[in-house]
Order: sequence, then C-alpha cells, then structure tokens
Amino acid sequence: MVDGLTLSVAHGSVTAVLGPNGAGKTTTIETCEGYRRPDAGSVRVLGLDPWADAARLRPRVGVMLQSGGVYPGARGAEMLRHTASLHAHPVDVDALIERLGLGSCGRTVYRRLSGGQQQRLALAMAVVGRPELVFLDEPTAGLDPQARRATWDLVGELRADGVSVILTTHHMDEAEQLADRVHIVEAGKVIASGSPEELCRGGAENSLRFSGRPGLDVASLLTALPAECTAVELAPGSYRVTGNVTPQLLATVTSWCAQHGVLPDRLSVERHTLEDVFLELTGKELRA
Amino acid sequence: MRAETAETTEPDGGPGTFAPRPGAAPLGRMIRAQAALETRLLLRNGEQLLLIIVIPTLLLTLFSSVDVVDTGDGDAVDFLAPGVLALAVLSTAFTGQAIATGFERRYGVLKRLGASPLPRWGLMTAKTCAVLVTEVLQIALLTAVALALGWSPHGNPATVALLLLLGTAAFSGLGLLMAGTLKAEVTLAAANLVFLLLLFGGGVIVPLSKFPGGVEAVLHLLPVAALSDGLRDVLRDGARVPWSDLGVLAAWAVLGLGAAGRLFRWE
Repeated sequence: MVDGLTLSVAHGSVTAVLGPNGAGKTTTIETCEGYRRPDAGSVRVLGLDPWADAARLRPRVGVMLQSGGVYPGARGAEMLRHTASLHAHPVDVDALIERLGLGSCGRTVYRRLSGGQQQRLALAMAVVGRPELVFLDEPTAGLDPQARRATWDLVGELRADGVSVILTTHHMDEAEQLADRVHIVEAGKVIASGSPEELCRGGAENSLRFSGRPGLDVASLLTALPAECTAVELAPGSYRVTGNVTPQLLATVTSWCAQHGVLPDRLSVERHTLEDVFLELTGKELRA
Repeated sequence: MRAETAETTEPDGGPGTFAPRPGAAPLGRMIRAQAALETRLLLRNGEQLLLIIVIPTLLLTLFSSVDVVDTGDGDAVDFLAPGVLALAVLSTAFTGQAIATGFERRYGVLKRLGASPLPRWGLMTAKTCAVLVTEVLQIALLTAVALALGWSPHGNPATVALLLLLGTAAFSGLGLLMAGTLKAEVTLAAANLVFLLLLFGGGVIVPLSKFPGGVEAVLHLLPVAALSDGLRDVLRDGARVPWSDLGVLAAWAVLGLGAAGRLFRWE
C-alpha cells in the first residue's frame, strides 16, 4: 500500500529509496517498472507512462528484481549473453563478466550459483542493454563485503557514464555512499528527502563532546553559545554540546574552556549518520 | 558535460562503457534468440528428455515387439506409431511446457522477461517455436524407429501436419492454462498425472474399443484421443480428412488458448 508517494529523479544521478521492511519500496519501484498499475495518481518514467507505454519504455530501462529472474537451468554466461541479444547495442558481455567477477560461473547453471553470484548476474542483466535508467531492488542484499564493494563501484561507474540509477536498500551506509538523493519511505509515504548531507544536517542535531574536570559551570558555557544549543554534563567530567556544530561553535567552546583553564580532553565532533536520521524518523522499534 | 565526466573519471573498462545507448534488438532476432534458448534448455533437461524422448521410444519399441496389448487387426506398429506420435506431441506441448513454464513463473523468469524489450507475444511465439522444433526432432526419431520396426504409413502428409499442429495448439493452451494458474509444484504433479492417465486412457497404446461403450464415447472427446485417432485414420487407414477429430482438437485449442489468455498470471 503506497499512498501519496512523490519521487522525482534527476538524470544521471543515483537515487536511493530507503525504508524499513514493508514500507513500500518494492511496490514503488515495481510501479515505475510497469509491473503494477497505480490505483490513483500518475507515474512518469523518462516521460512515459510505465503501464500504457510499456513497450516504448522497456528497451530504455534496466531492471534487477529483488530475487530470481533467471531460468534455473541456464548457465550464467548463457543467460547474460541472451539478455544482451535482446538489445540493440549491448555492452561487451565478456568484459562485463570479468568486471563483476563472474568468470568462474560462466558454465555453472543458475540454481548452483551462490546467492552472491546470482545477485551479480542479475545486476549484470540489468545493465547489459545500456539503459538510460536502472532500477536495482536491494542490489547488495546478502552480498559479502567484496561483492558489495564491486556493486558500489559499478553503480558509481554507471553514474559517471550518465546512467540514472534508482536503488532500494535498507543499508544506511550504502545510501550514504552512493546516493545523490535519498528518499526515506515509511508506510507508503516519503517522510524525508534530500542529499545524505542535507538529511544528516536537517533531521538530527550534531553534537560536540569533550572531557574536563567535573563540575564545570555549564550554565556559563551555555550563555556563550548560540540560542538553540544545549550543553550538559552527561557524567562527571564528560560534557556534550548539541546544536548546529559549525567551526565557529567549536571555537566558542574551546575559547570558553581556555578562559576557564580547562583542557578539553577527547574533544570530538559527532555528525549524525543517515542511520541516526533514519532511526529517528522511522522509530527504533523493530517492525514485522 | 556528462561525456566529460565519463571520460575523466572512468576507472576501468574504458570510458563510457555504460554510456546509455538503449534500444531493442530487431524483433525477429529477439524471438529467434528466445526460441533457441528455450529449445537448448529443454533438450538439456534430463527429466524432460525422459518424458519426451525415452518414454515414447520405449513404449513404441516394447509394445511393437512384445504382444502385451491387443491392438486389433494388422501389425501392432501400425496401431502404435500414430498413438506414440500423439503422445510425443502431448509430452512436449502439454506436460513439458506446463512444467517448464510453471517453474519459470515461480522463479520470476517470466516477470524479468516482462521487463525486457521482448514483448509478451514474442515470448509466447518463441515458446511455440521451441515446442515445434522439439516435436520435429521427436517425430523424426520416432518415425525412424517405427519404420525400422516395419511401420508402413499411408495418407497425406499435409493432413498429418495439420493434425499435429492443431494438437499442439490444444495441448499448449491447456499446458499454459495450468502453468499460469497453479503453483509450480502442483503443475509438476498434475501434468505428470495427466500424462500418465492419457497414456492409458487416451487411445495411445490401448485401443479405446477396449473400454465400456459409455466410457469410450467420453474418452473419444479427449484431445489426445482425437489426435491419436485422427493420425491413425490417416496413417494406418489412409483416410482423407478426419473431420470429427480435427473438430475436437480445434474446440480444445480454442477453449485452452482462450482460457490461458484470460487467466494466465505472469507472477
């Protein structure tokens, strides 16, 4: 169930749709891919209606499903070569196989490939036709760190070559690494959109921590700080300042410390990660 | 601007490897590629080969050489060869196609192909081509075996071809109806069961005249009975055009393909 979800995607950019399980990520992607017909509202992909203009849209779009999509008895290279043969100007299949480390699975039938190999084959099938736009539904689910890195590199390369990429993920670090824009989806609605930096800056406040002698006059520190900031002694001798942490704020804190003869030990600036933002927005409780 | 970025930041694989250049391959090439892939997959599958090659060949050889079933007057092979040809069409167009398509649906193959430039009707055309190519191979093999066993066929080859094509259409419709509506495991079990039942009750190796009158009349309406009966009329008895059998097959083809067209679910 997806409701009032608005996404717009710039050409040649990477867009991540982030959300907990069941938030409507796959439903949204599949509506864009033309698998589902929206009950209401409109979807335009590359200026076309994915349902009504499916025949014109399909050659321009690459699709990686969340799982499956390959004949269980087809060999890896055979399936990729076949997918390439459905397109007018495919990329070089052997080079792509090499590129994704699929060389060893060329002769192996799909059902005997490991989960990671199956994922990479599906990714290769999505990009082999030189599409303008690629949909990747959880492209790194179940991949080991190396394969995950290889997938990230490929997404970066697609972007550099001017291909637009829309991917779903529930890995925050993935969205942070790859995406130009992130849409956080929950219960079928976009609850936050922006670049990873904007989201980190906007949603949650950053903080600055330091240690000093216990019992410093926090109220005095607070008067030196901009109005929206807070300062607390979390534990004896451990202090936290929250607010919009700018170089100016850092200078204010250190000069206050200097005035009070305090050496701010273990001084650190903590920027909120997308994960913090995500948990803040979608709630920390686990959901089914 | 975009091209510049591609040229300067490309890490490996040459600049602009993935620079968009979308487009569908020519339709004929897509269908040929799809048909070739499906035929290869079918001929590489051990269980399928057992069903479509080994079983019909064994039945033909065994029952022609050993007098197990009373096949009426004349040489047993003249009765059996048309029946086994009908069985071959049944095994490929119905059983094999139903099972393969059922699992393709289950594993998202049909869904993924739905996002490719190959239109759905192109996919179905390719499937039909793969079935027909397989049938040609089966018929060539079974004809050679039957001739070696002393078969002397009669009749007009064009009429035989028409019967085989209508039979293929009827079985394909029913097979796809099953594959597109039932779960893959259910299709697997049901398609094999139907194959076995039709093998004995469809006039393939046991003459329908062995069944009680009322049952026989009903069995005559089965597509495999119409196909083996029609083929026997032409190939053994030299009949010109077995209209009633053609009519039964055409009716099944319209029903099966019509229902499959309406009810087939791709996911």
